[in-house]
Amino acid sequence: MLEIFLFAVPAGLVILGALIVIFAKNPVHNSMGLVLTLSSLAIIYITLNATFVAMVQMLVYAGAVMTLFLFVIMMIGVDKPEQSKEEIKGQTLLVSGTLLILIGIISYVIISSGFKWDLYFSPVEYSLEGTPDLIASTLFTEWILPFEIISILLIVATTAAIALAYDTKTRKHK
Amino acid sequence: MSIDLIIGLTKAFLVLGLLLTNTILLIWLERKLVAGMQSRVGPDRAGPFGILQTVADAVKLLLKEQILPLKADRAMYLLAPILALVPSFLIFMIIPLGPSFDIVLQGENVTVDLVGANINVGVLFFLAISSLAVYSVVLAGWSSGSKYPLLGGVRASAQMISYEAAMGLALVPVILYSGSMSMQDIVQSQSGFLSSPIPILNSIVSFIPKWNIFPQFVAFAIFFIASVAEVNRAPFDLVEAEQELVGGFHTEYSGFRFAMFFLAEYINMFNMCAITATFFLGGWLGPTFSNILPPIISAFMPAVWLGVKTFSLLFIYVWIRATLPRLRYDQLMELGWKRLIPISLVWLILSSIVLGVREFGLPWS
Repeated sequence: MLEIFLFAVPAGLVILGALIVIFAKNPVHNSMGLVLTLSSLAIIYITLNATFVAMVQMLVYAGAVMTLFLFVIMMIGVDKPEQSKEEIKGQTLLVSGTLLILIGIISYVIISSGFKWDLYFSPVEYSLEGTPDLIASTLFTEWILPFEIISILLIVATTAAIALAYDTKTRKHK
Repeated sequence: MSIDLIIGLTKAFLVLGLLLTNTILLIWLERKLVAGMQSRVGPDRAGPFGILQTVADAVKLLLKEQILPLKADRAMYLLAPILALVPSFLIFMIIPLGPSFDIVLQGENVTVDLVGANINVGVLFFLAISSLAVYSVVLAGWSSGSKYPLLGGVRASAQMISYEAAMGLALVPVILYSGSMSMQDIVQSQSGFLSSPIPILNSIVSFIPKWNIFPQFVAFAIFFIASVAEVNRAPFDLVEAEQELVGGFHTEYSGFRFAMFFLAEYINMFNMCAITATFFLGGWLGPTFSNILPPIISAFMPAVWLGVKTFSLLFIYVWIRATLPRLRYDQLMELGWKRLIPISLVWLILSSIVLGVREFGLPWS
């Protein structure tokens, strides 16, 4: 009973947030809908014993990324409602076609793999999966090379952003 | 109902009651202390020493008319005060108030942790939830449909994002030192006394408790400064600088909704001090005097020690507010990005080197 409650409430909130993202007219409402989706998803992660992933989800997506989104939206002004005219011809048709193909692939995978709607599993089996120790020991042994490459990539991107934003002309006048 | 659920609900209600009554005391204490530092009397009419002044203020705010500005975005305007309160209550759930103890409930032996939720990623939970507090400020500023709140909201979000980075980086050496991200383990790792391999030094430092503040004093300084900025207290209270912004992000709020912002601000302040005490001052550790005091009182001693440490830090907060003038906005940003973050990075590297040498020995030996 409690398990169903703990799943159904966050899952419903995820869907509600996603619907707000799509249908709300105001960009601030859209972004708050996205925050709702991301935080409810974090609750689902916690119920799956992946506490570390849930906390990173809250910290990075709901905390940092969405705050910056909101900040930018506020800075450039939200007085104009978003225009709903199609810019690319046949956009709706293309998107719905792609969506149908995607749904087809997913349902094929589900049916062919013999997936069962089983919400109940013993938590003992999975109790170690989300712990930071386990993630760290995998990340820093098996996946150390990709990890280091990503960190170099991020530093390059940061340096490039600073180089682009640093205006030498206005700087000289000071 | 299962026993776990009963214990969980009891904890939630206790935290709610504790934080609400504590805030009343805290606001009175701050007003009295600031008044004393400025040679005034402070509140002294309601109740003994004016201690009921906050209750009177709260009743006044509850009875006041609530105004909804014409240009306000209704949904977000109503949501913002709630978003301010929820994270402040959530953060307190991870602060350990004492060691776990056993009780008999419905004929079963149950171990109760004196902490709302003893999760293994407590530090991350604290950072994640405190980053959510920005939303209330931003939304309140934007949805009021007025210029001053908007300016206050933009300032607040920039300030909180900047200092969050320094705060998180200052905590990393503490996590490395304690070897855990669980709050209860961080407290346990600080028990005992300092020791040193050098005999003469050892006899001097062996009186000092092994709190993180002594080996991690730089991290403590950075964390303390960043935490003052994070809760928007003086000298970092540009968010609500009266002379420039009227009241900052909550200018357009009145009555009960204003009270919610006020409450959240003080709960955040209390939480921040309790977290600082947990990370750096040994949390609930302290002598319990179990051989002198009756067991029922000595069982409460850990919580008392945490309270003493928290209120000492709160006194420093108030002291700073009464002493230091407000920073200019560019000074604030410079302090955050050009001083605190580089220092915390250097400190992180230094402490990892020390820990590495202690663990694996020198690389050439």
